[in-house]
Amino acid sequence: MSVKVRIPTILRTYTGGEAEVTAEGATLSEVIADLEKNHQGIAARVLDDAGKLRRFVNVYVNDDDVRFEQGLETPTPEGAGVSIIPAVAGGC
Amino acid sequence: MAVQVTETSETAANATPVALGPAVALSCRECGERFDLGPIFACASCFGPLEVAYDLPSGDPEALKKQIEAGPANIWRYAPLLPVPADVAEKPNLNPGFTKLVKADRLAAELGVTGGLYVKDDSGNPTHSFKDRVVAIAVEAARAFGFTTLSCSSTGNLAGAVGAAARRAGFKSCVFIPHDLEAGKVVMAAVYGGDLVGIEGNYDDVNRFCSELIGDPLGEGWGFVNVNLRPYYGEGSKTLAYEICEQLGWRLPDQIVIPIASGSQLTKIDKGLKELIALGLVEDKPYKIFGAQAEGCSPVSTAFKAGHDVVRPQKPNTIAKSLAIGNPADGPYVLDIARRTGGAVEDVNDEQVVDAIKLLARTEGIFAETAGGVTVGVTKKLIEEGLLDPALTTVVLNTGDGLKTLDAVAPTTGPSATIRPNLDAFRAAGLAG
Repeated sequence: MSVKVRIPTILRTYTGGEAEVTAEGATLSEVIADLEKNHQGIAARVLDDAGKLRRFVNVYVNDDDVRFEQGLETPTPEGAGVSIIPAVAGGC
Repeated sequence: MAVQVTETSETAANATPVALGPAVALSCRECGERFDLGPIFACASCFGPLEVAYDLPSGDPEALKKQIEAGPANIWRYAPLLPVPADVAEKPNLNPGFTKLVKADRLAAELGVTGGLYVKDDSGNPTHSFKDRVVAIAVEAARAFGFTTLSCSSTGNLAGAVGAAARRAGFKSCVFIPHDLEAGKVVMAAVYGGDLVGIEGNYDDVNRFCSELIGDPLGEGWGFVNVNLRPYYGEGSKTLAYEICEQLGWRLPDQIVIPIASGSQLTKIDKGLKELIALGLVEDKPYKIFGAQAEGCSPVSTAFKAGHDVVRPQKPNTIAKSLAIGNPADGPYVLDIARRTGGAVEDVNDEQVVDAIKLLARTEGIFAETAGGVTVGVTKKLIEEGLLDPALTTVVLNTGDGLKTLDAVAPTTGPSATIRPNLDAFRAAGLAG
């Protein structure tokens, strides 16, 4: 499965400044592993030492927050959009 | 010195440092990494939230008290403790703050509070909510970083505060709200003339949209008060702590009940109290911080009661729309603070929110928006549960004006009677005497 991944500004040092990159994988976990293969170091910024999503990272597959879905095992269908977003925004 | 924003707003952070009073750096709350002052909000190493680190004034606390007391009757009296330039009071800004701390004796009697009950009534701010405090700080940061447009994701109150502050300070504005907000808040956000965009989704959808916009050329040059200016913006809530203590005679309250949306306000009030202690402006003694949520959006109280230290997001469904953030950014820190201080986080249902709005109105003549109903309702519940000590000095926050959320009480509030204009009709209505 090929998906488009939107990269937040603070991770663009790993993607050569690209705001959007393509990655392969049937689940979010596989997509992140593929990102790591092509953009070494990026996975450690998104995942903690236990391999879970860091608590201040939000990830969406299309319009769905993966925390409401199956987390890292959320399916990423062909052509899906994946967005990685800092969670510390908003509110007051 | 202003930073020239030549790239996207996040990457401008490494440009020349700016002068924002006692602020010296941004520091990650998670890993402690420090960054130059700039329009960034998340740690490049761990995504943790950045907050302002200070070199606060040292020396005679009494002299500092006198300096503060001689200052203007707004938040700029605390300028030596805020990330703003020293001449901030001379710049065009809405100058919010120094709102009333109402001694609520009638409400105390109803709730059985004997130790002194106070309502910090922030409906008295220029756009009738506490948001004016945080926006005022963000405006000064936006000015320092050279932004020309102010923006935000909002549940309503913030949109109005940004719209008004932008006009006063000479910025353009474009603010984003969920499309189905209360009419009063929509009108208040639109009347100042900046762009107002309704997003088809809830607040968390709006917030996500803004977070993506900020990393896109479409959002270049924009200061999002609660995204890329969030570390500065949040500091405005410290002024609630400063004011409460000053208005109590430079004394810490024993207990404070604070509404939780993202949780930022609660964490910054705690930060403000700790600063006052460190500066010697108040006596160091224990205080308890309580968080208040609506049952229909209670991710933090749910986590608190379950003993968790992480917050599972919820899909909001409550009349307290200004608190309807299902994925609260500062939720984990709220849990830490409530537990550290011996407080708690509790929630009330929508019916209890409406009852509490009416309770505050009929006892103290304060018409609170739904968030104020949440704090009063939760205060009542905490007393009933034995978690809040009625014998201690307690401050309850009302963060906004009831005129903004008329829909919440309109179905159950109205005229006692409608009569013909004569005395017999009035007598017959049974209202005389």
